[in-house]
Amino acid sequence: MEIDPFVFRLSIFILSIFVGYYVVWSVTPSLHTPLMSVTNAISSVIIVGAIIAALAGNNENIFNEASIFGFLAIILAAVNIFGGFLVTQRMLAMYKKKKK
Amino acid sequence: MISTNLLALFYLVSGVLFILALRGLSSPETSRQGNFFGILGMLIAVLVTFLSIGNFSTSFIYVILFLLIGGGVGAFIAFKIPMTAMPELVAGFHSLVGLAAVFVAISAFLNPEAFNLGVSGNIKLASLIEMSIGAAVGAITFSGSIIAFLKLRGIMSGAPITFPAQHILNLIILISIIVLTYFLCVTQLPNLFWSLIAISFLVGILLIIPIGGADMPVVISMLNSYSGWAAAGIGFTLENTALIITGALVGSSGAILSYIMCKGMNRSFFSVILGGFGGTDQTTKSGNKEQKPVKSGNSDDAAFLMKNASSVIIVPGYGMAVAQAQHALREMVDTLKKNGIKVSYAIHPVAGRMPGHMNVLLAEANVPYDEVFELEEINNDFANCDVAYVIGANDVTNPVAKTDPQSPIYGMPILDVEKAKSVLFVKRSLSPGYAGVDNDLFYRENTLMLFADAKKMTEDIIKSF
Repeated sequence: MEIDPFVFRLSIFILSIFVGYYVVWSVTPSLHTPLMSVTNAISSVIIVGAIIAALAGNNENIFNEASIFGFLAIILAAVNIFGGFLVTQRMLAMYKKKKK
Repeated sequence: MISTNLLALFYLVSGVLFILALRGLSSPETSRQGNFFGILGMLIAVLVTFLSIGNFSTSFIYVILFLLIGGGVGAFIAFKIPMTAMPELVAGFHSLVGLAAVFVAISAFLNPEAFNLGVSGNIKLASLIEMSIGAAVGAITFSGSIIAFLKLRGIMSGAPITFPAQHILNLIILISIIVLTYFLCVTQLPNLFWSLIAISFLVGILLIIPIGGADMPVVISMLNSYSGWAAAGIGFTLENTALIITGALVGSSGAILSYIMCKGMNRSFFSVILGGFGGTDQTTKSGNKEQKPVKSGNSDDAAFLMKNASSVIIVPGYGMAVAQAQHALREMVDTLKKNGIKVSYAIHPVAGRMPGHMNVLLAEANVPYDEVFELEEINNDFANCDVAYVIGANDVTNPVAKTDPQSPIYGMPILDVEKAKSVLFVKRSLSPGYAGVDNDLFYRENTLMLFADAKKMTEDIIKSF
């Protein structure tokens, strides 16, 4: 009997939680604010779902009741992606070492 | 067009790049490269999604258009936002992730064929459960973040809002979510799906209103975690590895930050979530306190003390952010350094309204990050320092946390400011801090209170030097 693909996804999920656990503990506390803004930006990869939803409409009816939610989600996720990465960039650029 | 397997591999690459993005944050030197990896991962994920669908008709033009509209708004906000407003910005961004998750789930529910989840009215059971979880958690994240945003922005009072039977009501609603999900899976009725989302919005609001302003670091971290779990739920629905990996990373990241924040306050996660801390029950105590002698001084006294010091430790807190005093503070420190005085900064884990809030503000004011220390790194140095300059912090310096088991903040790790030879405490009045506890430090022999606005006082000290 074959293994259900769901089990593979669940394995990826569980292992990623462990990866996240160790990676985040190694983040220096002074960068906790950029950590939040960057996690916020990457969780907006949900935009791939929004794109699939938006492009599912046919050409006669681009904005049907399902695709319209996709388009709305694209706007929201895009605000987050650009806003999140850029504000992280802006913050990280400010962290400087002492001039020797 | 690319094959499904190739697509999955590309999503895996994205996921790995996201891990590297977080990994980069282990030190400021590697962090900028990390952010670049994050952007690259996002770019790959979006591009391969377009290629896999292969629909470059009119719809595609609209997708690009909407992407640019959202991106433009996001970029504008990112460049305009002042660093002091970072907590509310992050709360606002969390709400968008939550709402996007809800919208994607709705779209998948209305048009499951597009995602290979079965047909409308007969969606695969597993997909329906995953979809419901994604939508419910997304909705909670959305409304909860909106409340957090309003509280942080000051539009809504930061005071906890409590009412009788609050926890029982929350429990009933949570149970009804589970029941609704069950019936939704059995009957597939759209109305149940809408009710589920509506109730989840309500839960988000009810969860956050009883939590007070200074507990916001925990709330923001918690919502960060929720936004991750919502993304993971949608990832399972869409069978998308990048989304599952990211959701897990973000979910555990938020959970760890919540844990660190709770530990910084010596409170259990549940006591924060159940809320009501710093409410009316504690303020009654302050009414009958006896008058104790307090030494107060002006900027000349402060400048005199610092001039004769050889080492000074600065303890910033939320008040510094409110007064926007970080630039004035750095100027003062420059003056001190010119006089050969050694200066360092001590940051308590829960200083400010979000994790790392103080560090960002100091970085903005061009304070080198290697002069800024965490509690464990610097706490022993207070005993050898001449002056501790407390600016906008209060509860995190209160020695009562170490001595009085009756105190609400007993056991909270504090900065040992009282061990410094002299303590300069900038504060508007003697009013107790968020925890409603009188600060013992105000009445110590070696404490000099500087009653003024943090920024004004700091500027005056520079002038008096």
